[in-house]
Amino acid sequence: MPAMIRRAAVRAAFCVGATAIATTACAQTSAVDEIAKYRAALQDGNPAELWEARGEDLWKTPRGPGKVSFATCDLGLGPGVVKGAYAQLPKYFADADRVMDLETRLVWCMVKQQGYSEADATKNPFGGPGQKSDIEALVAYITSESRGVKMNVAMDHPKEKEAFALGEKMFVYRGGTHDFACQTCHGEDGKRIRLQDLPNLMTVAGAQKAYTTWPAYRVSQGELRTFQWRLNDCFRQQRFPELIFTSDASIALTMYLARNANGAVFDAPSIKR
Amino acid sequence: MADPMRIRATAVGDSTEVKVLMNHEMETGQRKDAQGKTIPAWFIQSVTATYNGKTVLSAQWGPAVSKNPFLSFKFKGGTKGEKVQITWTDNRGDKRTDEATIS
Repeated sequence: MPAMIRRAAVRAAFCVGATAIATTACAQTSAVDEIAKYRAALQDGNPAELWEARGEDLWKTPRGPGKVSFATCDLGLGPGVVKGAYAQLPKYFADADRVMDLETRLVWCMVKQQGYSEADATKNPFGGPGQKSDIEALVAYITSESRGVKMNVAMDHPKEKEAFALGEKMFVYRGGTHDFACQTCHGEDGKRIRLQDLPNLMTVAGAQKAYTTWPAYRVSQGELRTFQWRLNDCFRQQRFPELIFTSDASIALTMYLARNANGAVFDAPSIKR
Repeated sequence: MADPMRIRATAVGDSTEVKVLMNHEMETGQRKDAQGKTIPAWFIQSVTATYNGKTVLSAQWGPAVSKNPFLSFKFKGGTKGEKVQITWTDNRGDKRTDEATIS
């Protein structure tokens, strides 16, 4: 222990001399650099590819009680069209009379076209040890087909505007046992939890950087995680009531963040620690 | 039956670079489930790479290797259009072989 403290003290002294700004800023920068190096080293063999391959099979194979493939599923660019579809979601779908994100639309297709019950289609949204999630694999495949495409989320329909406004309101709404809002952690530059930098999602640059790198393979979990999972886990960390999978609330928050990311080039599934 | 691997093999100069992603849980045998019961060890024990029927890599793995492992290696020789085969065997005796064409 004493040795560790001594080392920390030496480092802090060095930082003050080097930058003459706050010592924490210096320690943070070096840690961030190391994390960036770690990510770059992993980039080459991103296991997200395994999810993409499984998702492509699921997309093309007839399934469910109706024995129908997703060829008739319209993600917004026409039935069966996957290329670039994710970059313009969430959006309003007239056939469902609802704004939908990708996961919600997939569930809708599974229920309306493939004949699954609502409960069956939503029973396994997030995979875990020994149980793979079809939704996560499908999302991996579909989002990979938008890699390199510019985010272009429309806000023409009144329901799209309504979802965005609701998402914005939720983002700054304080609640729960810790009196937290999304904004508490994601409304200021340079914030972090332990060594993790937190993006400021209220700026265009921050929202773009964050939104375009989800879904991601989480090395610490050995799973590919979707945007619905990301929001669900943020709610858990804030000690909010559980965010219900494909709920209007989850779609509204996604709408707010996706729309703010407009204009950025989509680059996921990525890999995160 | 295990899920397929993703294999990329590229000829670089006089050698071939092979990159493999394997689909495997790689349970260490140290973890416990929600009920507190130990999750039995389940991991890849041996990996073999062959080219033209000749073994170019043979490895013995243990539980310290990560879930969904990534393996990258190079071997001398290999020409475009020819095939590289990768086989793994796990401690349950499950086996998976996939091949890729060198590009």
